[in-house]
Amino acid sequence: MSDKPLLAIEDLHVSFPTRKGVVEAVRGVSFSLGREKLGIVGESGSGKSMTGRAILRLVAKPGIVKARRLEFDGIDLQGASEAELRRIRGQRISMVMQDPKFSLNPVMRVGEQIAEAYRTHQKVSQAEAKRRALDMLKAVRIRDPERVARAYPHEVSGGMGQRIMIAMMLIPDPDLLIADEPTSALDVTVQLQVLAILDDLVTQRGMGLIFISHDLNLVASFCDRVVIMYAGRVMEICDAKNLDAAQHPYTRGLLNCLPRIDGDGRDLAVLRRDPAWMEHGL
Amino acid sequence: MSGETTRAMIEVDKLNVVFGQGADRVHAVRDVSFRVPEGTTFGLVGESGSGKSTVLRALSGLNPDWTGRIAVAGQAQTARRGKAFYKLVQMVFQDPYGSLHPRHTVDRILMEPLAIHRLDDPERRIERVLGEVGLGPDFRFRYPHQLSGGQRQRVAIARALILEPRILLLDEPTSALDVSVQAEVLNLLQRLKQERGLTFVLVSHNLSVVAHMCDDLAVMNHGVVVEELAVAQLKRREPQHPYTRQLMVASLGYDRAAVDRFEDFGLER
Repeated sequence: MSDKPLLAIEDLHVSFPTRKGVVEAVRGVSFSLGREKLGIVGESGSGKSMTGRAILRLVAKPGIVKARRLEFDGIDLQGASEAELRRIRGQRISMVMQDPKFSLNPVMRVGEQIAEAYRTHQKVSQAEAKRRALDMLKAVRIRDPERVARAYPHEVSGGMGQRIMIAMMLIPDPDLLIADEPTSALDVTVQLQVLAILDDLVTQRGMGLIFISHDLNLVASFCDRVVIMYAGRVMEICDAKNLDAAQHPYTRGLLNCLPRIDGDGRDLAVLRRDPAWMEHGL
Repeated sequence: MSGETTRAMIEVDKLNVVFGQGADRVHAVRDVSFRVPEGTTFGLVGESGSGKSTVLRALSGLNPDWTGRIAVAGQAQTARRGKAFYKLVQMVFQDPYGSLHPRHTVDRILMEPLAIHRLDDPERRIERVLGEVGLGPDFRFRYPHQLSGGQRQRVAIARALILEPRILLLDEPTSALDVSVQAEVLNLLQRLKQERGLTFVLVSHNLSVVAHMCDDLAVMNHGVVVEELAVAQLKRREPQHPYTRQLMVASLGYDRAAVDRFEDFGLER
């Protein structure tokens, strides 16, 4: 990591006022990110997705995002105007969501959607945008880019759809990519193939990547560092290769309750939740 | 195979399932055969579209369009199944959010199979089965939306168990759950199996879950069983078929070099 982080988050809070009182989805999250692969792992309701959305200020009303510091490449994201944010979203920070079925425009050809993503941020001709879109489809290892560019989203498989999403998100050449469960809907081999594409592109382009997932094993084998979240707080941040040596009882509990191929078939360890974790984050 | 000496609880012979006609004809399951000895767990593993769930649906009577032979507890089955079959065989589905009636309380959900089968003493049976799946009597008059995913799956298991079946068909029973909840549900299933001497057929895409739960497994790809093996073989990392080996490598996590060696396993005939 360089001295100056790409993204710095300090004491991030996301809360939703409801009739029954305020629900705090994220409660004081802090971490920084360089040009690396950072995983955010947690179970459902841990606040991992909300953290990702809060970075792009995509938390819908009446949700409230507050942070002591929320800075991307020297830009204060909290103070930024909507116009400034529009220049950042997509072009400098982009986001890949879980299911391509719901993220692609169903009535627009794939190639046009990717070209549109490019033309939104760059003043180029339609022909140039189309050429770039085809190059990008090649970069995500789609064998027949001409055919896929002409296809509609329902005509492609889940794995192909997710590659198209990645192509669309990477064509403006962002500095930071936030991927929220980008491969959870895919078969395991396809999942790893899509991750390999993401891995190569992130390395080649020197991007930062935030990889949000519930799959601790996958994140540990894919990312450089892992942030472990529980109940809206960060429990622990560790180097992925040292995850086996993780200290926090929650991290240990998550690791222990996973069945393993070479396990002994005895009862799985059950996670005992300590109420203190709700109160004290990192 | 481990079970040659014990009685086969389930026998499937040359099972074929075809959907559609003409140009839309899909041969979803091709000549699948296996036997499950009483008191063991048999795993069906594969990726989406492999036919694993279709096999389970044919076995459970949910899909009547199959050919071949299916025998359960020594009885050859036809397309239609009677009440006696469902007293013997029950199923637990993947999505606990979709498989429980949203406007029925837990009590009513559990009462229905008892009423259909005219079993006596429903009070005692409901209380007992709720206890067995680790839900206290407090849960009896709640609605599904008042329960977590893990609690709902416990209700689905209770609903299956309340008829005291001897076979449970499990279709991805934990893949919609968090890993910590998955551990609890898997432990529960193992305990119930031991206490009641149940026979399980478990469909899953997760090789680790299958290795943990099963005695034997069949690996499916494009409707065909590419390999049947004992879990002990899998644990020693000695599967024979390259497709099984690839699934095994993939389930160990991300390895950039391994991904480049992945092959595309097309239709096998």
